[in-house]
Parts: sequence; structure tokens; C-alpha cells
Amino acid sequence: MVAHTEVSPQVSPEKILTVGECSETRGSESVSSKGPDVLCEQNEIVSHKNSNHVAIAGSSTVPHPKKKSYKEEDCSLFVAFFTFLSYGVLLLVGYIKEFFVPVTTKEKDREEVELCSPFTNFTIYLSYGVLFFVGYVKEFFYPPSTKEKNREGYVPLYIGFESFYTRNVYRRIQDCWNRAICSVPGAEIDLMERYTPDYGWTIKHTGKTIRCINVGSYNYLGFAENKGPCHDAAEEVTREVGITTSSPRWELGTMEIHRKLESLVAEFLGVEDAITFGMGFATNVLNLPSLLGPGCLVLSDEFNHASLILGLRLSGATVKVFQHNNPEDLEKKLREAIVYGHSRTRRPWKKAVIVVEGIYSMEGSICDLPNLVRIKNKYKAYLYVDEAHSIGALGSHGGGVVDYYGVDPKEVDIHMGTFTKSFGAAGGYIAGSKDLINHLRVTSHAQVYASSMSPPVAQQIITSMVIIMGKDGSTEGRRRIQQLSRNVKYFRQRLRQMGFIVYGHDDSPVVPMLLYLIPKISMFVRELTKRGVAGVGVGFPATKITGGRMRFCLSAAHTKEMLDKILKEVDEVGYLTSSHYSREPKSQEPIEW
Amino acid sequence: MASQWNVYESFQALLQAGPYHLALEGVLVLCVLFLFTAKKKPSKMVRLTKKEEEDLLAEWTPEPLVPRPPPLDHPNLHTRTVYGKAGQYVDLGTGQKLLNLASQSFLNMGERPEVEEAAVACLHSYGVGSCGPRGFYGTTDVHLNLEERLATYFNCEAAVLYSYGFSTSASAVPAYAKSGDIIYADECINFALQRGLQASRSRIVYFRHNDPEDLHRLLKEQAIVDAKDPKRANATRKFLVVEGVYFNTGEVCALPQLVALRKQYKLRLFLDESVSFGTLGPHSRGITDHFNIPMTEVDLLMSSLELGAGGTGGFCVGTSFVVEHQRLSGLGYCFSASLPPMLAAASIKVVDILEEEGASLVEQIQDRSTQMHRALTSLHTKVNITGAELSPIKHIRLNESSGDRQCDEAVLTQVVHKAEEYGVAVTVASYLYDREANAPQPSIRITVHKNLTDAQIDTTRDALTHAFTDVLG
Repeated sequence: MVAHTEVSPQVSPEKILTVGECSETRGSESVSSKGPDVLCEQNEIVSHKNSNHVAIAGSSTVPHPKKKSYKEEDCSLFVAFFTFLSYGVLLLVGYIKEFFVPVTTKEKDREEVELCSPFTNFTIYLSYGVLFFVGYVKEFFYPPSTKEKNREGYVPLYIGFESFYTRNVYRRIQDCWNRAICSVPGAEIDLMERYTPDYGWTIKHTGKTIRCINVGSYNYLGFAENKGPCHDAAEEVTREVGITTSSPRWELGTMEIHRKLESLVAEFLGVEDAITFGMGFATNVLNLPSLLGPGCLVLSDEFNHASLILGLRLSGATVKVFQHNNPEDLEKKLREAIVYGHSRTRRPWKKAVIVVEGIYSMEGSICDLPNLVRIKNKYKAYLYVDEAHSIGALGSHGGGVVDYYGVDPKEVDIHMGTFTKSFGAAGGYIAGSKDLINHLRVTSHAQVYASSMSPPVAQQIITSMVIIMGKDGSTEGRRRIQQLSRNVKYFRQRLRQMGFIVYGHDDSPVVPMLLYLIPKISMFVRELTKRGVAGVGVGFPATKITGGRMRFCLSAAHTKEMLDKILKEVDEVGYLTSSHYSREPKSQEPIEW
Repeated sequence: MASQWNVYESFQALLQAGPYHLALEGVLVLCVLFLFTAKKKPSKMVRLTKKEEEDLLAEWTPEPLVPRPPPLDHPNLHTRTVYGKAGQYVDLGTGQKLLNLASQSFLNMGERPEVEEAAVACLHSYGVGSCGPRGFYGTTDVHLNLEERLATYFNCEAAVLYSYGFSTSASAVPAYAKSGDIIYADECINFALQRGLQASRSRIVYFRHNDPEDLHRLLKEQAIVDAKDPKRANATRKFLVVEGVYFNTGEVCALPQLVALRKQYKLRLFLDESVSFGTLGPHSRGITDHFNIPMTEVDLLMSSLELGAGGTGGFCVGTSFVVEHQRLSGLGYCFSASLPPMLAAASIKVVDILEEEGASLVEQIQDRSTQMHRALTSLHTKVNITGAELSPIKHIRLNESSGDRQCDEAVLTQVVHKAEEYGVAVTVASYLYDREANAPQPSIRITVHKNLTDAQIDTTRDALTHAFTDVLG
């Protein structure tokens, strides 16, 4: 009996559980039927186990572990109190510290994210607070005239905060967006000068133009050109077959050029087949509903593009959002979702799809494809990669994020991308296995109801893709890819060295530079324009409230001299607005282009 | 010691307290004890052990990505290919020039050299792509110019341009209608509008096709519900979504009655003019022009530029109060690259043409449509033709459906192939039947073009008669 008592405390409850499990495994094998009942069965097994555990503990007359604690001498209440107090203080200090300076859990080499100081964080909210306060006071005395003509007694068309935000925040800075240009969106653009006579309510053109270096357009490989082979080919096609088909692909909208384009895209991506559409946004919105339906599970990155979000919403699939570019979080959520099934019906999912982007257009980050592929294979999920920004712009052959990581294209189940960016055209594609594409050909909404792609646009894609692939016999494509890659490395390193906080991966041509405050965004954009640089500012609601930023999109058309000029101006304006937020040590070694 | 005394005193007080008080205290003490000792209920989800999770993961066999890939001989995998230009005649690879009654370019704008020239001239200065959304340097003066021209053309304050015809109405409707709102829609609206309604998450009420009486009945029903809950009614926006000429039936919308209902029941009228733009009204402005209804009666007018206008993209016009909202809330506008400038330039030219010769163009297309309608009326005893005489879109449907859409469609496809042999290219109207809200009966869609001659109309009639006789007997 004594020996028994000595041993028993070491037998942990878990061990007893495993004993129970062994006795149960046979049972679980016999009930390992597939289908919806699995979960219920598993639940029963667990409850069995618990009862077994109790039974074992009871039958072998093991003394209750609680009894043993009486043998030990109790410490005084005073000591116990201080023990807890000391833990409490430690935890409190920890919480406070991490509240103000959150720990970055990202791996350093993959993607560096430096966070701003708590003071900056405070000023962000303060600046919004001041803007809102002024807005409320103003609207209290001068209520906005939102009355419509001819619609008396109607329920207002717009209500709530959104229009307040538009009137009081967006209106003040709206001259930073929707700027019109009157030239090809190449390395340099002619910006049409504008002025506002009434504090942003209306904006008028002065009729003058400003020549600016363009770091706003998504012209990654510099194919936005009004001369050269792409332009000539597009002109020829326009004269040959016109500018429109006025018919969807199912009817009379399929031209020779569309078939040619699709086989070229498939060859470029190294997949079996591809299908193309007239608009990139619609490629996501109109095809996701054909691929997914109720009962399907979707794991979607939190910063996915609006078109993906809308497409997923229309599809009726259950969407779970994981932290941006965080494979651990994805794996955790995917695993849990698969194990526990549909949260309402408890049925197993029909299929699970991971939806990510190649390069995130606001973050500049590149998706962690190798890890995604590993997770997808481990959990039998499918992978949908939206390469809208990465196709052409990443990888030594311009093959996007797949090429960049050297992943087998077959590991990505659904390749999606657009032709707007690197190819200087418009439209989008989906590529993958023959079955997938055939399925889309007969079920995609865009195939049936939307007019097919305009022939000159298709020709622009074909010609630029041929150049990128080097099929034209020149090294021009290779040169552009290398130029872009060098530009990106140089520009990003220089910005960091100057002391700006720059998000995203070192090879990403999308370079977000954090400014945090709404007034700084507008001042930065305006000042840069004065100095001949056209950049893009982004703030809430396109980013988080605390994520206001400038975004530079680099291009193969930029020369080193242009980059140096941009950097010089950015540095100057950075001093004007005191935006050198980075507090990390910088090496002052000169950076090679 | 004072504290001890207090404890003693309160103990004494407790002894003197009544039984009810004691009972209450007792219950409270028990409650506290229960709260402390009660086992935390395990969360609803029973945690599984690692091994069980692994078993489940191993057991889960998802469906293939494409559960039922279409058979390789599926007709829609082998769509016809157009060689060369799809103008009034079209070459489908046989070398024979077929009369094109399938492309939806009613006004033959694609064959006007000045439109092509405008596109090429713009190509010379702007290249092809715009390389960005409208917000981020994707706006060129060409886009602004086209928007301004469209607004003036329709006598409206503002216009907004989309880069894809399908996305125009699919984005415009959900920019306004949100969950909790009610949308009254014709049961035969086109698919793009249906997608827009779905994206809005509003309550959708379909009324019988082109039947204002039925709409009135539904509105009356709603008025009774509203009277019971005026608070809610005052927060519910009501929309009416119709087409000028219905793409799926070819009927002309009964706009005057609808406008009357709009006023009476305070609905917001959204009008899709994709077919009627350029084909109705003395100024070719569409259905409002046709019934001489001022634009102020319509809240938002949406149209594709891909049909009669022979371009790419789409637009919305209306008051700036309504339309400008889309610049921040129209998803297809904000988050999509803008229309390639050269295509916008071509559309400007089309607006030029419509302004100059719109009246005669409308006259011609309506004359041709009427002629065609009459020619096709007595095609075959087993088919009928639907749609208004004025409408450039005609649907030929079987009188007696076999009850199975696939079968009917197969029959009609045979007719289409036969018609090709007789020198006419027509098409079966393509639908995704399982996705349509109210799937229409299969039909052959005939598109009338402005340039058709009387002889060509006769050819069409003869060819279709022969084709139907060959197939249906």
C-alpha cells in the first residue's frame, strides 16, 4: 500500500489517459467511418475516455492527489501574497511595455516591419481626433446641405459616418488623388495642374501641366509606351480587326487573337492552360463564384484585395481571415477549421482553398510561397495566388512569385493575375490545370455575359509577353527585369539608410514608406509634386488607421539618375515633415546601384 | 480588539435576524461557494487530442478542385472562332463570309473608320494600358473628356466611367443599396444586374416581367407593412431596378408607369440602358428620350459601352449628388485599372457621332428592327419571336419546350449550325441556367444591325426558315 502511494502521484493523468486511449483505439478504428458522423463519434470517445479515467482512478484506490499536499508545510500567508504580487507586477510591466512597443513576431530576414514609437501612435489618433472635432463643431453650426432636388420625403441615400469622413477628412486632402495626366504613364508623366477655389469642395484644372517622374503607376517593366514594338503591333491589330468584339466568348467573341493569347499565357506560366478576361478586377469577382460555393472553406489573407474579398463574398464560401503573411497563423486556423468542420452544421468541408496575393499592393510584401505550398500539401488544401502585382515584376524570368521562389508552377492550383501592371495593357487571366480551365470556360460568368477582351489590348499583352520571354530574339525582356530588380534593391536600401520606415520585402517593387499622419501624407504628395515627383499617398480606409503611407512603385523605365532625384526630394520633404521615423542604427556605407 | 468586538456584534445580530434573512444569506453564501467550486463548463467545442486531430486530418478527403470537369466534347469548349473583323459579315473559319446577326454592335460603329482613327491617334500618345486605377494616376484627360461628354449628352450633371461593361451595373447598384434596403427588380433583368443585386445584400423583390401592375401590388403590400412599423420604414431605402430594353426578352420597358410608381412610393429608379442607348429616342439617348421623360425622374442611368456604342467599358450618369458617390464606393471603379485611353477615345468619337447623326441612326435602326421583326414573325409554325418591334434584339423561342433546357438548347444549336450553312451567323443566347435568378427559356438571339439591307433581311428570313425546317421538320 505504501509503495502504491509512492508511485501513484507520478502517474500523471495524461498517462492514465493514454492507457484509456489504447483501450479505445480499437473502438475508434471500427468507427472510423468517413463523413459527417466522425466528429460526433470522436466526441463520444472523449467522454468515454474521461469516464474511463475516473474508473481507473477509482478502482485502483489511488489516494487523491490533493491529500498529499497536507503533508507539506504551508508557507505563511504573507509570503504567498508577495509571491503573487511579484508575478502580478512582472505581468503588468510586461503588458504595459508590449502595449506601447508590440513585439514583432515576424522573422527578420523575411520581412522587416519596424513599428513607430508610442508617441507617434498617439499623434495619429490625435490628428484624427482634431479633424473629427473640427468637423463636428463645424457641422453643428453649419449643417451640411445634403438635401437632394426632386427627392423630398425620401429616405436619405447616404447615412452615417462615411459621408462625414468624406466631407471633413477626405475633402481636405482629395487633391492628392484622382489626378489626371495627359501623357503615357511611363517613367515621366505630364500631370495636369489643378487648384481648388473652395477648400477642396471642387477641383479645377488650370490648363497647365507639370512634368513629373512617375512613381505612382504600376508600370513595373516599363511597357507603358507610345512607341516601340508593342505600340506598332497594337496599331496594326486595331486596323485589322477593330477595337471591340461586342460579343461574349461563348457567342461570337472568340477571335484568333484570344486563342493565341491564352496559349501564350499558359506557356509563359508553365501550366497546362489559361483563360483570359477583359478586366482584372472582374477576373476575381466573376470566377471565384464558379470555383467555390457554400460548404467550401477559404483561408484569406487579411490584406487581400477588394476584388478577392468581393468574389469570395459572392461565392458563398465560409471565409476565415488569417494574419497578413503569417504561415503559422494560417496553419493554426486551417488545422482547426478542418478538424472541427463547419461551425454550424459540423459537416466536413467540401474543400479548403488558401487565397493569397503574390505582392500585396499596399504592404509591398511578397507572400511566403514555399511555406504556403508546404501547408497546402500537408492539409490537402488548394492554393489560389493572385499575382496581379507580382507577375512580370518578380523572378529572374518575370514569372512572378512562383518564379521568384523557384516553386513548381503545378504546386499552385490556381494562378491568377492581371495584365494591367507589368504588361501595360488591361485584363486578367486564370491559369492552371486543363480541367480547371475547362471548368471555367463553361461556368465563368465572364465567358458567358461579358464582352471579350479588346483585340489591341490582347495584342499589347502578346507582344510584351513575347519580349519578356525573349522569344523575339532580343535580350530586351531580360534587361528590363534586371533593371527593375536593381532599381528596387537600390531604392529600398537608400530609403532605409535615410531613416525612413519602409515596409515590405527587399525585392518588392512596391515600396510603402510610413508617414502615419494624414496631414503628412497630403503634404508629402503636394511637396513632391512641386519638386517634380508624382507619388501616391495612402491612408485610412485603404490602410489601417495607424498605417498612413507614401507608396512608390518602381519601374524598369526609371534610370539611376531618376531614382537619385526622387530620393533627394523625398529626403528633403522628409525633413520638412520630420518623417524619418526609423530608430534603428544605419550604416553609412554608400549603396551601389 | 475593536474589530473583534464588531465581529462578535454582527454575529449576535445574525442570531437575532429573522429566518428569511438567514435563508437569503445562506443562499448567497451557497451561490458564492458554487461559483468558486463549480467546474468550468468545458467550452462548447470539445478539444481533441493531437492524435485524434491527426486522424481527422488524415481522414478528410476534400473534393477535387473541379469535382466534375466538363466532358472534352462540351459545346462551349469549342466556341466558334472569328477570323478577321467581326463586322457586318464575319468569317468563322470556313472561308465563307456569313451575315453577322450575333455581334451586339447595333449601330455598326466598329466599321466606321473615324472611330478606329480616334483610337489609333490616342494610341500614338498614350500607349495601350493606363497602368493604374483612377485614383492613382490612371486618370487621363481622355477619361475626363469622355465623362464630360456623356454627362452633357444625357443632360446630366455627372458621369462616371467603368472599364468593363459587366462591372458597371454590378458595381453601381451595391454602391447605394445596402443590407436592410429593398430592391424591386424586374424578373428578367440581365445577369450583371442580378450580380449587383446579390452583392448589395439587400432584400430583392422580383416583379413580373414588364408588369407595372404587379409591381404596384407588391408596393401596396409593402406599404401596409411599413404602416405598421414606420420607424423601420423610414430607414429602409427602396430601389427600383429595370432595363430600358430587356436584353433577355427584347421588350421595351413601360417607363411612364414605373416613373409614376416611383413618385408615389418614393423609390429610387435605377435604369440599365445597355441596349436602348443609341437605339431609342429621337436623340438616341435611350428610353428616357423615347418616352420624353426628363432625366431628373431617373436616379441613376447605367449603360454598357460594349453594345450599340461599339467600345469597351460602361458608364453611369445622373446628378452629381448620386454619381460622384461611386468614385469612392463603386468597387469596380475604385479598385480596377481604368479603361485603356485609346478605347475611351473611340467612345468619345462615338458620342460625337451620336450627337451629330443620332436622330437618323435611331430612325434607321428602328426601321431595320421593325422590318426584321415582321420578317421573322412567320418563320416556322413551331417557333415564336419575342421582343418589341423597335428593339434591336429579338429572341426566337420554341413554342413547345421539351421541358428540358439542355434539349431545347441542343435543338437551337443545331438550327444555328444549319443557318451558318445558309450564310447567316446567329447565336443561341448564352445563359448559365443554374446561376440565373429566373432562368429564361433557351432562345436564338438575333441582333439587328443598322446597315442591314432589305435583301439581307430576306436572306436572314429564308436562311432561318430553311434551318428551322431542316431541324424541326
